[in-house]
Amino acid sequence: MDELLKLLKKNALETPEDLARMLNMPVEAVKAKIAEYEKSGVIRGYQAVVNHDQLDLNLVTAVIEVKVTPEREGGFNHIADRISKFKEVQSLYLMSGTFDLLLFVSGQTLKEVAYFVSDKLATIPGVLSTSTHFMLKTYKENGVLMHVENEHERLKVSP
Amino acid sequence: MSASKSRPDRIASHVRDMPPSGIRDFFDIVSTMKDVISLGIGEPDFVTPWHIREHAIYSLERGVTSYTSNLGLLKLRKALSGYVEKTFHVSYEPANEILITVGVSEALDLAMRAILEPGDEVIYHEPCYVSYGPVITFAYGKPVPIQTKPENNFVLSAEQVAEAITPRTSAIILNYPNNPTGATLPEKELKAIAALAEKHDLIVIADDIYAELTYDGEHVSAASLPGMKNRTIFLHGFSKAWAMTGFRLGYACGPADLIGAMMKIHQYTMLCAPVTSQEAALEALKNPDVDIQEMKTEYQRRRNFIHASFSEMGVACPRPTGAFYAFPYVGDLGVKSKDFAYGLLDAEKVAVVPGTAFGPCGEGYVRCSYATSMDEIKEAMVRFKRYVDNIRARNK
Repeated sequence: MDELLKLLKKNALETPEDLARMLNMPVEAVKAKIAEYEKSGVIRGYQAVVNHDQLDLNLVTAVIEVKVTPEREGGFNHIADRISKFKEVQSLYLMSGTFDLLLFVSGQTLKEVAYFVSDKLATIPGVLSTSTHFMLKTYKENGVLMHVENEHERLKVSP
Repeated sequence: MSASKSRPDRIASHVRDMPPSGIRDFFDIVSTMKDVISLGIGEPDFVTPWHIREHAIYSLERGVTSYTSNLGLLKLRKALSGYVEKTFHVSYEPANEILITVGVSEALDLAMRAILEPGDEVIYHEPCYVSYGPVITFAYGKPVPIQTKPENNFVLSAEQVAEAITPRTSAIILNYPNNPTGATLPEKELKAIAALAEKHDLIVIADDIYAELTYDGEHVSAASLPGMKNRTIFLHGFSKAWAMTGFRLGYACGPADLIGAMMKIHQYTMLCAPVTSQEAALEALKNPDVDIQEMKTEYQRRRNFIHASFSEMGVACPRPTGAFYAFPYVGDLGVKSKDFAYGLLDAEKVAVVPGTAFGPCGEGYVRCSYATSMDEIKEAMVRFKRYVDNIRARNK
């Protein structure tokens, strides 16, 4: 991956000026490249990594394994596309193995998620079965630890 | 009853007369202050990669807690032989050409004690790591520092080496990539220096601890040059490339007679390097490129950032090509290195090390380590600029 993308993936708030210094590039070139990535859709958005457990949100997240029948034309894409449009669905992946689609679904209550699974998801033509797991605690997300490790005291000056 | 020796007299004169490290008094002041951003640190800010730490823990769980062979675990020496051959293109026999030590510091001390007769001269280049002179002196040798020149970006020249050689010269220490300047030694110059070593039958101590942190081009070790293996003691370790400073693990490679002599001292004074650290090192060598590349990329970004920042604020700073130090010049502001460093600490709470801590030719320079997080470097550069601007305004 391009160095610029790596840096933005690590910290999307990095300014073009600082990126230019780090990459030994002119600021204008950095700005142009970012604009190009945004336009072509390589960069699809910028989000904060939030530790939800620290907030009193009553947020329920479920991981759902779904088995589906692929369609003659379009394979898994058509049904996956249909499922992905529900606002409850945070992430959706096509998987290898014993099931086909993996969904991350969030709701305010257990009931809300259960309703989504039984009334929306399971009733979609082509969905054969679902298996829902509720998430209990987040330890790490997008490569970011959700807890602070105790800092070890380093010497402030050393040879 | 004879009178007991007076207090100063009971310390051996060559120890008594040795001044304490110039870094030490600075450290004492910094450590009393709060919220200091330190660019004064000579060790990686990364924690040792988890798989290495995890393996060390596993070795303890298995009860691996005993002495090892004096030379170090044979499987570690075998792994090192492979790593050194692949990375530095010189091959060493695990059985008798590799010695595992407690950091490169011990290896350097062993090398000096193994080869020096009292009064033998050892050439090294300044500005340099603080230990070379003292280690030579403690081995009853005579330190012969060469002042490298800013106009050469602190690269040692063969010409300077030739001028320093006398009939008593027995060795020359090379440390590139360099602490504190971040300079690397071009292959052409290295070859010319190696030719001098051959001509005058000198041993070369290649302190290549920062070798993996070479940013532009590839590091060439003195040991790898034709005919040089037999007169080179190659020193390397795990501290910098794997961020394992606290494990205290280094090693020396060289011809069997030199390694054997060093081993004799090691055997009677150290016995062996800690087994937990040796186990950790074994894990480090399993897939070294991934860990090193990740850290190197990050250092390179910081190198670019810090170098760009200095040039934007109009402070001359040779572009560092290795290690994790920048060595900017502040002498044109009309202040001494030490006063600048103390002033910066006092006014802006940024710690840098005065260049003079690394030898008199470091006057006018300060060492800024970029082994600290990018956020801290950014803030440190803002403060550095403010301090420099204030001095300039005062000078007007």
